[in-house]
Order: sequence, then structure tokens, then C-alpha cells
Amino acid sequence: MNDAGRSPATVLVQAARPPAPSALSNALVFGWRAVLKFKHVPEQLFDLVMTPIMFTLLFTFVFGGALAGSPGAYLQYFIPGILVQTVVFNSVYSGMGLSTDLSKGLFDRFRSLPIWPLSPFAGLMVGDLLRHLIAGLIILTIGLILGFRPEAGVVGVAGAFLLLLAIGFGVGWIFIVLGLLIRTPMTVMTLGFTFIFPLVFASNIMVQPDTMPGWLRAFVDVNPITHMATALRGLMSGAVTSRQVLLALAAPILLTLVLAPVTLAIYRRR
Amino acid sequence: MAAVNGTSGNGDSIGGMAAIHARGLVKSFGELRAVDGIDLDVPRGMIYAILGPNGAGKTTLMRMLATLARPDAGRASVMGHDLLDSPQQVRSEIAMTGQFASLDEDLTGRENLVLLACLWGFRGRAARARADELLTAFDLADAAGKQVKDYSGGMRRRLDIAASLVVTPGVLFLDEPTTGLDPVARKSVWRMIRQLAGSGVTVLLTTQYLDEADQLAARIAVIDHGKKIAEGTSRELKAATGSGFLHIALADAARLEEAATLLEQRLGATAQRSAEGASIAIAARTPHDANAALGALIDAGIELSDFSMGSPSLDEVFFSLTAGGRK
Repeated sequence: MNDAGRSPATVLVQAARPPAPSALSNALVFGWRAVLKFKHVPEQLFDLVMTPIMFTLLFTFVFGGALAGSPGAYLQYFIPGILVQTVVFNSVYSGMGLSTDLSKGLFDRFRSLPIWPLSPFAGLMVGDLLRHLIAGLIILTIGLILGFRPEAGVVGVAGAFLLLLAIGFGVGWIFIVLGLLIRTPMTVMTLGFTFIFPLVFASNIMVQPDTMPGWLRAFVDVNPITHMATALRGLMSGAVTSRQVLLALAAPILLTLVLAPVTLAIYRRR
Repeated sequence: MAAVNGTSGNGDSIGGMAAIHARGLVKSFGELRAVDGIDLDVPRGMIYAILGPNGAGKTTLMRMLATLARPDAGRASVMGHDLLDSPQQVRSEIAMTGQFASLDEDLTGRENLVLLACLWGFRGRAARARADELLTAFDLADAAGKQVKDYSGGMRRRLDIAASLVVTPGVLFLDEPTTGLDPVARKSVWRMIRQLAGSGVTVLLTTQYLDEADQLAARIAVIDHGKKIAEGTSRELKAATGSGFLHIALADAARLEEAATLLEQRLGATAQRSAEGASIAIAARTPHDANAALGALIDAGIELSDFSMGSPSLDEVFFSLTAGGRK
């Protein structure tokens, strides 16, 4: 058919309404949108992966010997830590993405649709988790090439990645809330990193806290990022305890329970 | 064409038959009362225009009716569903095309429509078929596979309107549908809006262009500073300002004020002065009055480069409603 005789009006009349879709279906559609973003904006992955790769190379070869005796020994310690750091940093970017969407009026359309109100965020999460998975796999591959050897094998690494995704899910809510509250994407990034940097560096991601002053060590010991890195190391080396995993999951679970309702409240009120 | 009735309230005032029925809507942002107690009655199937300058409260009013902003006071129903009690039912009856493209710039035109079709409950092949149908109807089939960020302004607006028609809405909200479009794109959007109304969709549009309201809308509400200052058909609004309007242009712009004052004395109305073009518009009750006033100008030695007598443009109506009302 060519468009002769076709007009918006005739197309309108032809439209029969399908039955209302489920909340899960809504969420999956938004997940599909996140996947399409990978297809059309592949360079976002470059941004997400370059920083951790540079960190890995820098810390392993420049500081590694001094910190752990040899670059190889440091790699064993550092890879699980940099995975946590990557997931936390990448969550900042998804907050920026949300802020961009909101500043362009796209969410006005979503909000005027009769859909499950949380589904756009569920879709964002699907995208985030995919991003975490891809970035994590790339860093793991580079680690393996450089000589990282997880003693717990495939099962241990799979467990570590599951924990990593749970961490990403929980931390993601912080930046969804920031993205909803702050109109400029750059401010989300600046604020996000201001908040994230002390948490990431004052943790055991890069070094053991033994040589830190007492007040700092006290902070490192209660820093949730420390617990996440410890549990991830345990899972990869096979020496994990259930207490470590529970401590690592405490923050993500708490964040989800508190911030998911907050997200919905802010979204509805805007 | 929907029936036009100058008076409101004839029995079914609950809003059962109306597409939109609003009473006393208020929305404030801090100190500013963006919408300050607006009533609105829009019958089904009508094109209804909300006309006002920037910052008059048009967009805020529309966002409230589209469930995007919560009124601070007042009640409203859309297609018989209460805005506050059943927002999800309202959402299933409406579609809104905002002032800024509500599209995903990174996705293609087709992907945008498929995404929305899936959100409305179309599945797989049906969603793709619906998207293609809309793309063809809106003359976007050739650009279907292009990312929206590469679309022109006119294409974007067409896609944005198409995105509002994935399922047939009861009420279509269009916030300044032609702002920023070139004249050709503007005409094509107008044609589209008329076709939609012809097939039974109620269209509520905001505009700051008087000719747009004049061309499209069966009824017009003029709002300024969050308040409705006039409402009616374009003919009624023009009649309220005065049946005849004298338009003159001066040869010498320096004598604009002198000429305006003279006309005001002669005709007993407020003259609208326009410095660029050195022109004056003023209400005149009869051609005879106008003639006498022109004679007075010539007697005073003020040379005219052009004059005409006609009905006021909506611009002049708007000017006398807003500026006149504030004095």
C-alpha cells in the first residue's frame, strides 16, 4: 500500500484497543528500551569500562608491587574490589541518564500512560544490570589475561557476579532518586561522585586498612563498600562465610526497601 | 462541526457528556499562582483552544488535566473520570503531546512507536504493524529507521502526535502543537488536527498564535495570569470587542501619538498603537464614525499611507482583553 487515501483519521478509526498489559509486561518493555540503547549508543559502554581498566592497570603495575609484594599478588586482591567500584560508579551514570530523560519530557509521556508506575524504573534497572554484567565480564576477562586466578572457580565467580548484581540493584536506587530530584545530568554526576568517592577510597577496595590511622580504620570497618568487597573476595577465593554475604547484602536490601517507595512518591508528585 | 452554544450549564452539568469538566482549578509554584481558579467545559469531539501569552498558565492547566500535575484546589473530570480519584482511568482515555518532544532521541521513529504500542498492550507483530500504520499515515515511512535525533522539527512533531494515537484517545492534549514549525509544517499539523477531530477525538490545544485558535478551534478560552478572561467562539470574542475596527497606517511615524490621541477623542475607544509600521487600530461603531475620524486626521495635517475598515483580528481582541483589562 502506498499512502494515497491514508490519513491520521482513517488510521485512528482502525485502532482496536488491545487488553491492558500486565505490570511485568510493562517492565519488560522498558527493559527492551534499555537494550535498544546499547544498540544505538554503544559508546556508553566504552565510558563505563575504560575507567576500571585504567584503574586495574595503574594499581596493578604501578602500585601493586609496593602494596602487595608483586603485581600478581595484588591482582588477586584488587579484581574483586574494582568490580564493586565499577558497579557503584556505573550507577551514577544511570542516574544521569534518568535526569536526561526527565529534562526532555519523555517521562511526561510515560507518566500520562495507564501503566504500572514503577515500570520505567524497573526497565532502567534491567538496563543497569545488563551494563554491570557486561562491564564486570570485561574486567574479569582482563584480570584473567593479566593473571588473576579465582580459586573458587566458575561457581565462585558466578556467585560473586550474582552478589555484584544485587549490589548494583540496591545502589541504583540512590541515583534513581537523585536523577528524579535533580534536573541537570551534570549535577547528578558531580553530586554522585562527591558522595561515592570517599566511600570507595575509604574502603578496603584498593588496600588493606592496617596502615590507616585509627579513626579512618573505624570508618573503613563500617563502610558498606568494605563489606561488599570482602564478600566478593571471599566468593572468588572460596573462603566466604554466610556472615560476609549477609553484611554485603545489608545495604542493598535496606536501600531497596527505603528508596523504592521514595522513588514512587517523588515520581507521582512531580 | 460540534454545536456551539454561548451559554454553559444546561442540565447535564455534572460532566457526564463533557470531555472535560473542570471547576476552580488552582496550581501554585511558590508565590506564583500559575493557574488561579479556572473553569473549563469542553464538549466531546470539539477542538478547543486555550489562548494566552507565555507564562499565562496554559501548560500548567493542561498538565493538570493530563494527570501530570496535581491541582492544589478544584475538581475536574476527563471523559467522566475524576482526575484525583481515578487518574489511571483518565490516563487510559487521554494522550498528550507536550511542548518538547516526548520521544526517545536515541531510538528510531519506528522503535519509539513500537515501544509505546507494547506499553498499550499490543504484542510482537501487532505492535510492529500498528507502528508501521502510523508511520505511513504520518508520512514518516521513509524515516522510520532513522534515529529521532536526526529528524527535522516538523518530522519530530508528526512523530510525537503519532505517538499519541497508538490507541484512539478520547481526549488529545496538544501543548503548542505548532510552535517552532515552518509555515508548511504548520499547515500540515493543522490538517491533521482537523482530521482527528472529524473522527470524534476531542482536541484540547494551547497556543499563543491567535490565527491558530481562529483557524482550528470551535471555542476559545483566553487566559492570562492564570485566570480565564474570556471564552467563546472566535466570532463571539471578536464581537465583544466591537463590530468594526478602523486600521490606519501613517506616512510619518513621529505623529503616531498625536494621531492616536485624536482618534481616541473622536471615537471614544482605546487606540492600539504599533510603533513598527506606524499603525493604529481602534474600534469604530459605524463607518460614518470612522469616516469622520479620518477627516479629523486629514484636517490636522496628518498624512495616511493606508487605511481600512474591518472586523478586529484576534490579535486586537486579545490586546483589548488583556491590556484593556489590566488598566
